[in-house]
Amino acid sequence: MAGLGGACLLLALAVCVYGIGASLYGVRRSRPEFSDSGRRAVYALAGILTVAFAVLEIAFLRNDFTFNAVADTSSRTTPGFYRAAAVWSSQEGSLLLWAWLSSLWSSLALFLTRNRMRDVASYATAILLGFAGFFISLMVFYANPFATTRPAPLEGAGLDPLLRFPTMMIHPPMLYSGYTLCTVPFAFGMGALLARRVDAEWIGAVRRFAFAAWFLLGVGILLGARWSYSELGWGGYWGWDAVENASLMPWLTGTAFLHSLMIQEKRGMLKVWNASLVLATGTLAIMGTFLVRSGILNSIHAFGGQTLGVPFVCLIAVMIVGSIYLVVSRRGMLRSEHRLDSLLSRESIFMANNLVLVGLCFVIFWGTYFPLISEALTGHEASVGPPWFDRYTVPLALILVLLSGIGPAIAWRRATFANARRNLLVPALLGLGTVALLLVGGVPGDPGALAMFGCGAFVIGCIGQEFQRGVRARRAMSGEVPPVALLALVRRNRRRYGGYIVHLGIVVLFVGVAASSSFKHSVEPTLSVGQSSKVGAYTVHYVRPTATVSPAQDAAHTGSTLALGAVLDVTKNGRHVATLYPSEGFYASDEPSQGSVGSLIGGQPVSHVAMDAGVTRDVWSAIAPDLETPQLKRIVQIGNKTIPFARPEDALIAVAFLARSYLQHPPPAQFHFIVSPLVMWIWIGGLIVIGGGLIAIWPSGLALRRRARALARAESAQPGAGAEQGLARV
Amino acid sequence: MNPARKRTVRLTVALSAAVVLAAALIYTSFSAASPALTPSQLLAQARPGHSYQLTGKVLAGSVRRSGSTLDFSIEDRAGGAVVPVAYTGTVPDPFREGREVIVTVEKRNGAYVGERDSLITKCPSKYSAGPPSAGKQSF
Amino acid sequence: MLVAIVTVLLLGIAILVISAPLRATRSAPEPDGDDELAALGIAREVKYREIRDAELDYRTGKLSQADYETVDATLRSEALSILDRLTELGEQDAD
Repeated sequence: MAGLGGACLLLALAVCVYGIGASLYGVRRSRPEFSDSGRRAVYALAGILTVAFAVLEIAFLRNDFTFNAVADTSSRTTPGFYRAAAVWSSQEGSLLLWAWLSSLWSSLALFLTRNRMRDVASYATAILLGFAGFFISLMVFYANPFATTRPAPLEGAGLDPLLRFPTMMIHPPMLYSGYTLCTVPFAFGMGALLARRVDAEWIGAVRRFAFAAWFLLGVGILLGARWSYSELGWGGYWGWDAVENASLMPWLTGTAFLHSLMIQEKRGMLKVWNASLVLATGTLAIMGTFLVRSGILNSIHAFGGQTLGVPFVCLIAVMIVGSIYLVVSRRGMLRSEHRLDSLLSRESIFMANNLVLVGLCFVIFWGTYFPLISEALTGHEASVGPPWFDRYTVPLALILVLLSGIGPAIAWRRATFANARRNLLVPALLGLGTVALLLVGGVPGDPGALAMFGCGAFVIGCIGQEFQRGVRARRAMSGEVPPVALLALVRRNRRRYGGYIVHLGIVVLFVGVAASSSFKHSVEPTLSVGQSSKVGAYTVHYVRPTATVSPAQDAAHTGSTLALGAVLDVTKNGRHVATLYPSEGFYASDEPSQGSVGSLIGGQPVSHVAMDAGVTRDVWSAIAPDLETPQLKRIVQIGNKTIPFARPEDALIAVAFLARSYLQHPPPAQFHFIVSPLVMWIWIGGLIVIGGGLIAIWPSGLALRRRARALARAESAQPGAGAEQGLARV
Repeated sequence: MNPARKRTVRLTVALSAAVVLAAALIYTSFSAASPALTPSQLLAQARPGHSYQLTGKVLAGSVRRSGSTLDFSIEDRAGGAVVPVAYTGTVPDPFREGREVIVTVEKRNGAYVGERDSLITKCPSKYSAGPPSAGKQSF
Repeated sequence: MLVAIVTVLLLGIAILVISAPLRATRSAPEPDGDDELAALGIAREVKYREIRDAELDYRTGKLSQADYETVDATLRSEALSILDRLTELGEQDAD
């Protein structure tokens, strides 16, 4: 079976090479049949890689330990769901996932453009096959997922317990979908420059791809933050870690691109800027993929394997040099057709928004790669921490939020100043009023948070006003009742109102972030049974300890041998709020030096946090039970001495005895309690962004086309008279 | 002002703002950064009152918990110099002897004190997404 | 054995799929004007959307009547030039 996988990889590589040659030959020599053949090579690649991925997946599900990848990351005791997902927890498997997803998205994109933009699509085909070929070469020459060892080991190392959470297992495929999708607009951008064709058709196609990438990348980032907060033991959702930043950067440039593309579409401006943005997004996505697996930065996500660093650096260098060369050499065709009509226009707000987003990206880039930069410039490696990031991103985020409120109130092309001023007055008062109310209401005077709340209220006011006025305008035409009018309004102006909803979601998200970071209460007490601790306005009482032994009883079904925890009673002003059951799971390790009993629980311990999530606040708890007491250590030592490795059932009984001893004489345990206000709004905001994005991109269907055709007929019959018909609908 | 001049003015303003931001960024990053040092480098260069990022392996047998402080020693990856650290704050799940860690330390009265919550443990396996400071004590 | 058979099968299918355009007999090459026609068609849709957007801007109070009439007139003349070019191309095709 591994042979089949390996053969697939070689076949895939051959297909890539052929496809690149055929596409380039087809476009240079105007032989469309070769371009078509090149495109079909991408389809074939997708098919072959699907077979390869299936082979690997089946090996994992069947616990085929002849495969090194399976032996390294899975085991018989790893639960089924995690075995299936363990495929991408190894370096090799993740490369295969990347290549497979890339081939799928490339096939889809090329299928959708199969009848249009043939020259651009041919170049794009070659570039996409180039990316796929790169990753396949890495697998064939450096990190083969189908490498085998015979005879097969009896048991595998097991999936790292830290990864045994549902969100964590969906997070890589989502993120990879985002990263791989970023290469599609990159390829079409390069293709357009190579074919010297940047027109309305290209804009329409590339917008869809860029949106898909932005969407999935955003979902991946949100899932990562959610995993970090709800499953990891530190209670935070964002740490400005190198890998988190690496995924945020292409998302920021992608957001900027989606906005400035609208300006190019309407006014033929910003072509150089857009070309640079789309190429930068793809490059940042590859850099993000590289960062995660190269270990060049001191991140906890270092995947090691320095050998992969060099090929990636070469690829990134080629992408950067190629991009710069193309943009400079094609700058003639990228000249703007028009100039900005007025500073007071939605176009100019969009441009400001672009500058802020790119500025944010630059700040994050600088901070993330600073260890390398400082090493190169000063010879000493140094790094900056979250406080430095916060100092610059918070003001920029505030400006961004403000712009997202001002934009909707300004018209395209040239707004009337008096109208704009009038439109912004009520929301501005709302914003200031909110800040005043909060201060009076006793909210601590944190300037950053208060500014965000004020800006948030301002934006919500602007967006609400837009909806209200839109509904009123529609009702003036159609006389529908408000709910129907609202639906019709959104349906007929999806991009505009979907966009407003996305902005609303972003604002809600930022308000949640501001509140939960500035006003959270965190304590780390050591409590004995019966003791309580105060955190914020809540009191947490340690009622009694809990213990479960063996995977079958492990509540999280993650396969831990032993899980020790606590029952916590949370009250506020004497009133019962929630009962929490945090625990720590102890897993088997593969170190025989720990002894027969010790090795059953000597693996990496993982916190299972317990929280009471609420609309106004989350109460979060985690426990670190103390297994190091002399009494408990003695049990393990005696077990190690008297129970041989050959009798794991007896060792398990010893672990059960350990658990019982812990329950009867529980030592004080270390706890971590956090009360974070408005954290829920981060996830709610994320969902609103997702919903708004889907509304914005949803194709508008026949109605628009029919209307346009009718208008065309009217126009050709009577120039200028078509004005009254068809267009007077909002 | 004619349109061309207006555009030049706008461009100049925008560029200047960008340059100022970049300069502020660059300046503060160099002054706010803490250098990454190995134990041998730290012993040679550390000055009291400055914080440093100490990277290395946790020395076997050196981990002791006394109350809320965790005492451990860090040695060079290749063996050699050893630095004892007194640390308070959250301890990541993967922390254990022999693992590679990064902790921000400051030299105070001859001893090295770890900055609160700054302990990060590198995941040992080849492809593992590990957490930032996770909250639990381990063996 | 099974592996070899499946591999050959995959290779065969891949070759079939990839070479299909090369083996098919091609009809006359598409006219060059196709690309410009498609781009103009899309530009026309975009312009219509702009006209609708401008009206929505006016009705939601972002533009004064005078400003709206100026913008609307500009957009409609731009739309007309696109339509003119489309008709031109259509006539060329008919020739």
